[in-house]
Amino acid sequence: MDVVLLSRLQFAFTIGFHYIFPLLTIGMGVVMVYLEAQHLRTGDPLFETAARFWTRIFALNFAIGVATGIVMEFQFGTNWATYSRFVGDVFGSALAAEGIFAFFLESGFLALLVFGWDRISPRMHLFATVMVSLGSIFSSIWIVVANSWQQTPAGHHIVPVLRDGQPFIIDGVPVLRAEIVDFWALVFNPSTVHRLVHVWIGAFILGSFFVMSISAWYLLKGRHVEFAKKSFSGALLFATIASLSSLVSGHFQAKSVYHWQPAKLAAFEGHYESGPADMNLFGLPDDATEIVRFKIGIPGGLSFLVHEDFNAPVVGLDRFRVEDRPPVLISFASYHIMIGLGTVFICLTLLASFLLWRGKLYKTRWLLWVFVFAVAGALMANELGWVAAEVGRQPWIVHPPFGWTDAGDVLTGPSGFVEYDETLGLRTKDAVSPAIDASQVLGSLIGFGVIYLSLLAVWLYVLDQKIRHGPDPVGPGAGGDDGLLAAAARRADHSESLTGSQGLS
Amino acid sequence: MDWQTLAVIWFLIEGALLIGYAILDGFDLGVGILHPFVPVDDRERRIAINSIGPLWDGNEVWLVTFGGALFAAFPEAYATAFSGFYTAFMLLLAALIFRAVSMEFRSKVESDRWRRFWDMSFFGGSATAAFLFGVAVGNAMLGMSLDAAGNFTGTLRDQLSPYPLLVGLMTVALFAMHGGLFLYLKTEGDFQERLRDWLWRSWGVFLVAYMLTTIYTLALVPRATANFERWPVAAIVVVVNVLAVANIPRSLHWGRPGLAFSSSCAVIATLVMLFGLALFPNLVTASNDAANSVTIFSAASSPKTLGIMLVIALVGMPFVLAYTGIVYWAFRGKVRLDDHSY
Repeated sequence: MDVVLLSRLQFAFTIGFHYIFPLLTIGMGVVMVYLEAQHLRTGDPLFETAARFWTRIFALNFAIGVATGIVMEFQFGTNWATYSRFVGDVFGSALAAEGIFAFFLESGFLALLVFGWDRISPRMHLFATVMVSLGSIFSSIWIVVANSWQQTPAGHHIVPVLRDGQPFIIDGVPVLRAEIVDFWALVFNPSTVHRLVHVWIGAFILGSFFVMSISAWYLLKGRHVEFAKKSFSGALLFATIASLSSLVSGHFQAKSVYHWQPAKLAAFEGHYESGPADMNLFGLPDDATEIVRFKIGIPGGLSFLVHEDFNAPVVGLDRFRVEDRPPVLISFASYHIMIGLGTVFICLTLLASFLLWRGKLYKTRWLLWVFVFAVAGALMANELGWVAAEVGRQPWIVHPPFGWTDAGDVLTGPSGFVEYDETLGLRTKDAVSPAIDASQVLGSLIGFGVIYLSLLAVWLYVLDQKIRHGPDPVGPGAGGDDGLLAAAARRADHSESLTGSQGLS
Repeated sequence: MDWQTLAVIWFLIEGALLIGYAILDGFDLGVGILHPFVPVDDRERRIAINSIGPLWDGNEVWLVTFGGALFAAFPEAYATAFSGFYTAFMLLLAALIFRAVSMEFRSKVESDRWRRFWDMSFFGGSATAAFLFGVAVGNAMLGMSLDAAGNFTGTLRDQLSPYPLLVGLMTVALFAMHGGLFLYLKTEGDFQERLRDWLWRSWGVFLVAYMLTTIYTLALVPRATANFERWPVAAIVVVVNVLAVANIPRSLHWGRPGLAFSSSCAVIATLVMLFGLALFPNLVTASNDAANSVTIFSAASSPKTLGIMLVIALVGMPFVLAYTGIVYWAFRGKVRLDDHSY
């Protein structure tokens, strides 16, 4: 096996594992802000019980997110040195901004959120929760900016690297790199906003399905019922809105992908031959014969999605040289399974909302069981969305530019194919570190495999323990009907411990 | 501002981030290194872990920001160093992962075996990380063999010569002492008393390693002192460094642990400055051919990017210092265990 393949596998594996945790952090952060704000507003201790319980799980997820996140930042340098040299001026800025604006905010206030319950006032605690939630959202902004720049580069130019004022030449070829021309054009490159919104929606879906899964399990077991109902109905609201929004956001994103990365959308739909295009619901693309086998689809569906016209031609893979096409099968499968799951989420959340409205949800046991396991689907949809986005970008690690004709076709050369200027982009296969060899990467890949799989097992085990343990009622008499008294008692507790902490310092 | 000034400013900012990281994560790595030795029962182990519980995560962000800023400001150096030290970095990442999750997992399950495992993993991760940081610094002092494009051409064995290993040992001892002093400030009673002996021991080991490293550096790493001829005033750093090292036992003797901790912060800060003085203007020194060295000028990003980054840093750093201040203030004083502790 070669360094490129191993490095790609390692990157895919480590990002795939890491990706679970920031999404949960973003999704659960919003739920926790909601619970704490409700507690402050209503004084109902049940909200505080819920917020404290979710905080513990949040902290667990966060720690794994941090630990696996450092890996991501170092890996550009360790495995993708040529890429790092080519894009550092542009891409590195977004990463550095993420550190300064997001990570410090998150980690600082996380300490108050997790350990500060008895040290700071409830108001200050809500503030800390809001800050952690904002920090996780800022972090997603910068990292999606950086990744979107790879997909649809903007705000930069490609120039020769200078050494002492002279072009730097290695083996007779001048070394090139990307440099920032317009920072805001880089930040708001054509795909940033579409992709960011879609990532957030994915995070909200995952976070709320995670909360609903655990709550549904409590409801089925008849434990912590009031707590579980509050958590479930709050999360269901988010999940329903997010699932419906994903449809809208996905639509706009597909149109944007077609405009900026037509080969990617063609790979998503297995659209080999330019012309009117179907939207496939199912199928198996076959590169050898360039057809989609076993296909069930909406005739003209993709044409309609892109042009609002069932007969309009859509650029297919035939406009691209074979070596310039993304791997079709992986792109097609990940994209379609993601959409299928998204449709399932819409049906599930609408049905649950309807039953909640009719007052029957908590008696519909089969549906609660579905929700216990639906979180796995939400996780899968998020992961597959990422796979589709990244595999669909291949063979490029930085996508080179191309043009459109007025007639709505891509500009092609005399060969009938899109002629990319290779110096304005970078191929994934050319981006790895020259200093490393396959055995090193194989070693680290195996190492990460062992460590991450054990981490996953321990995470699930500890999570299971926490769920079995359940939330601890807050304050004397909490959970009963003496909400006001309990709330008053809580306040007394807080003032006591605050004095306590001052006395000690 | 011209490009060369910007490059020098970014070299100084990188230095400041590294100092911040080494001082802050230094003490929490140190708490991890002392973990199997000082606390005797579960309660004391929890106190040790919770002394850094709310802080370690923010401390590690200094490293992440250092890495991100290196990537943005000096992409050539980032690419050369990280791919050149591939295996060491992978080990470092593994160590940092183990350390982080050990703290999180350890107290979640009431089982002796479970806790003993994560205690050892906390120690192992902390000690390995501290050691590897030292090894990296040692190798950076010596330089590595690079081709014209700045790619490492040596092998892992080249990176395991005696000098880097010695610097690695010194770093472990330094962080153990630094962490011990921090823990001393956060504990009381019997635990604190026992800690005292370990402060003396770690200071002693550090002193030996420190002197050996100094001799070795002066004898065998000529570039370490070259810049002092250019800027004789830099000798102040050496003086402060030596005084700070000496002030630690003095402060301990007079019962002023706070001053001893500040001195140990000063030791770390001045050691990082000496490291910077030894490197400048190189970021990665080529040991085979000086022309292949990656300098701050050959590695820097465009002036435009350096300027943008400077604005980002100027806007962001006051906030960073404010968060750091709030957190350290909220968790000041001796460690108290409550329902939310690890």
